[in-house]
Amino acid sequence: MHYIFSKIGLSFITYSIFKIMNKKTEVVERDEMVIRFSGDSGDGMQLTGTLFSNTAALFGNYMSTFPDYPSEIRAPSGTVGGVSGFQVHVGHSEIKTPGDLADVLVAMNPAALKANAKGVKQGGVIILDVDNFDEKGIKKAGYDSNPIGKESLKDFMVVEAPITSMTKEALKDIDLDRKSILRTRNMFALGMVYWLFGNSLDYTENFFKEKFRKNPLVIEANKKVLNAGYYYAETIEALSPYNISPAKIKKGRYRNINGNTAIAWGLLAAAEKAGLNLFIGSYPITPATGIMEDLALRRDLGVITFQAEDEIAGICTTLGASFAGKLGVTTTSGPGLALKSEAIGLAVMTELPIVIINVQRGGPSTGLPTKTEQADLWQVLYGRSGECPVVIIAASSPSNCFKYAFEAAKIALEHMTPVILMSDGFLANGTEPWKIPKMSDFPDIKPPLVKEGTKDWQPYARDVEKLVRTWALPGIKGLEHRIGGLEKDAINGNVSHDPENHEKMVRIRDEKVERVVNYIPDLEAEGDKEGDVLVVGWGGTYGHLITAVNELRDEGKKISLAHFNYIRPLPKNTRDVFGKFKKIVVCELNLGQFADYLRMKCQEFKYYQYNKIQGLPFTVIELKENINKILEDK
Amino acid sequence: MSDTTYKLTVKELRSDQDARWCPGCGDHAIMNAIQRALVELNIPKENLAFVSGIGCSSRFPYYMSTYGFHGIHGRASAIASGVKIANPELSVWQITGDGDALAIGGNHFIHTIRRNVNINIILFNNQIYGLTKGQYSPTSNRGFVTKTSPYGTVEEPFNPGELVIGAQGKFFARTIDSSVKLSTEIYIEAGRYEGTSVVEVLQNCVIFNDKIYNYLTDKDEKENRQLILHHDEPMIFGKNSDKGIILKDNKLKAVQIGENGITKDDILVHNAKEKNPGIHLMLANMQHPDYPVALGIIRSVDAQTYDSEVNHQMEEIRAKAKIKCVDDLLNSGSTWEL
Repeated sequence: MHYIFSKIGLSFITYSIFKIMNKKTEVVERDEMVIRFSGDSGDGMQLTGTLFSNTAALFGNYMSTFPDYPSEIRAPSGTVGGVSGFQVHVGHSEIKTPGDLADVLVAMNPAALKANAKGVKQGGVIILDVDNFDEKGIKKAGYDSNPIGKESLKDFMVVEAPITSMTKEALKDIDLDRKSILRTRNMFALGMVYWLFGNSLDYTENFFKEKFRKNPLVIEANKKVLNAGYYYAETIEALSPYNISPAKIKKGRYRNINGNTAIAWGLLAAAEKAGLNLFIGSYPITPATGIMEDLALRRDLGVITFQAEDEIAGICTTLGASFAGKLGVTTTSGPGLALKSEAIGLAVMTELPIVIINVQRGGPSTGLPTKTEQADLWQVLYGRSGECPVVIIAASSPSNCFKYAFEAAKIALEHMTPVILMSDGFLANGTEPWKIPKMSDFPDIKPPLVKEGTKDWQPYARDVEKLVRTWALPGIKGLEHRIGGLEKDAINGNVSHDPENHEKMVRIRDEKVERVVNYIPDLEAEGDKEGDVLVVGWGGTYGHLITAVNELRDEGKKISLAHFNYIRPLPKNTRDVFGKFKKIVVCELNLGQFADYLRMKCQEFKYYQYNKIQGLPFTVIELKENINKILEDK
Repeated sequence: MSDTTYKLTVKELRSDQDARWCPGCGDHAIMNAIQRALVELNIPKENLAFVSGIGCSSRFPYYMSTYGFHGIHGRASAIASGVKIANPELSVWQITGDGDALAIGGNHFIHTIRRNVNINIILFNNQIYGLTKGQYSPTSNRGFVTKTSPYGTVEEPFNPGELVIGAQGKFFARTIDSSVKLSTEIYIEAGRYEGTSVVEVLQNCVIFNDKIYNYLTDKDEKENRQLILHHDEPMIFGKNSDKGIILKDNKLKAVQIGENGITKDDILVHNAKEKNPGIHLMLANMQHPDYPVALGIIRSVDAQTYDSEVNHQMEEIRAKAKIKCVDDLLNSGSTWEL
């Protein structure tokens, strides 16, 4: 068959037979949909997904995204190990997760299909680049034979699009090398998806103009291919277009943000509100590196980024900078946190304010560097020598990483203590639209700095309410003092081996952290304040948990969610909230670390557990299933 | 930093804590010389920060009335780097030992030197772990018998000077704990030097490694066994100033002036400012009995420091920055109005 594509200046486009299982032409109205782009790690799927989600957000939809990429820089092309994916959840109503199963899957090669087919809803659309389903590609992906037309795909609406050949055809009059031409294939797929959702191409075309400013030929090529994909989808009549109406979103200025950037910016906000400059001493580690990269751009805001020789130097330079009066921050992931443990002890002993960011990944050891998990909880609670309390906070959505990074810094500075902020690979890389806050809405941060001329100042004398010592910065005349890792005299900070003093100091350091409870918000049960089941979670699982709980509530279940952002200390009213429910089920991406912590801290309750340790976020489906089981369990 | 009316004194530099090093320990003399140097440098006391790791020497900050940070084992270079980069106005002194700097802290030590952070590292080298009561260190000689090497070590020691120069060190000096005058001069130069200055102090441990440097301090022989280097002066040593160092067959050689036709003109002239580290490395490696041991400032080469470069870059970027505050940042890039 031959079609004329006059609009895009092509003479003829040849394409192969496409098979479809279902034909509809009218626009289908949907409340929410999940789209997953997948291909080789060099196929540009992350960019494709980002462009799509930005377009959806601009249109006024709610959305949430999650990239899923291999830890190898470039695994052999065409293999399942080298598949890179990007999932976008778009909705008319509020969206809190990147979605469980995809309504639409774009698979650029057989390996992408193999890796992702099980993540597609029954009846979902699968768009394939059929040109890559040759013998070699099929074999590389580990299929015995070509999966197209086979039993395994019968439940899906498979669109066999010859994306590669049509991209070449679209660009045959453009003087670009083969490699550059092939690199635009992802835009053909994106064009198809844009037609499917009735999206405008404006945002993406403007992106080309910006990104390839210096190369008009590449702008033209990408534009041509994007449009070719769009009109191809329209012409084949194989797809029925969807519409997701704009949401009723609060008026204001928005941007997309991921968890790592939100942490970087939240720390900057804290530094500004404290009137201090930020110092970050860190060593690159997946998935935390993005925070340091974002802060490295901010010399304009007075940030000093120090890429240390190792994790230990990262935190030790941070401590040195904190001693000298900066807001000191170090970022890492589980294995790096282990290396920092001794220095966290030093920070506890010297009572200096530093923020330690732990972006968790699958462990132990190198584990699953690019995957998400919540298994560092015990490490941050207990993984140090001696009685070594620190404040522990956990962010629970990509955008609220901003708020909790601000909070972590505020508590560190005002309570003169190290604070560990927990994020994870899911929050770090996930994006969502974020209503841009105004700095005037944030409180000032008031660290207990000592002024020159203060009479009878003592390094370890404390404020009676918070038990916080004061912060005297080198350079101030008359406040010269020594601190260090040896036990301190409770007042003057001199080295002390006195037995009573040691016990006193251990208790003070513990009590100081416990008293932070008076400065954090109460725990809230979302849903009713009493009922049959209280789902308990912490950190990055919030979106999935609240979605599952809300759906179960819609089904008439008496269920609520208590999600923790403050781990140590626990909110004051934790027991009151727990006491109003017949059952408590703690859901987390580990073997039950928070559940055990609660068993120790609030012993009078029985805790059910639902745990998953696959390096993946929860799905709403599995949460509902398992919570229902516990609900029914007599 | 110094004004005309301010005058720092040694007495003022002492804290209210008694130095608890063993009687006769070389550390007492080192502290004495450092305090004298600081008086000469006349840096306001509040601008002095002493940072240390763990070990006998690392107790040093507690005995000074300046700002001080007694860190954890091996990490002093990192803590000191943080202090200095955070506040370049401070004069930062790292006190460390051969175990602290060259074993557990080796990584931080070499990278701090490579970056050329403007701090002064005083490395107390007694070739032994004293605080843990006598185990061999990374500078102990091969075959050295200690509690953890009862049959003698089977490993080669580090020569700190070689390590510093290998890590692109720009300033390296060596002195002996008991040579207070020479030490004071060196600490003054180290304090004035812009960049990482490393001073190796050959320090006697009276308890666990006594008299190891006696061959150097021996009253009758020391002039024959020490080569005290001065920039732009010939490398002459010996009781009668009749010995010198020449370069022969691409090696240094200790010679007797007046013998075998060698005159004073043949003796190498020390150039501490030479960028090429070749001769400096050979000087740092000279060992008894083939050579005299080189003391004084072996290398002092001007270079940009990390902390000044960071601040320079920051000023430049801030001068032309579009983003001046966090509100600007949050509203930068791709945003949209709903």
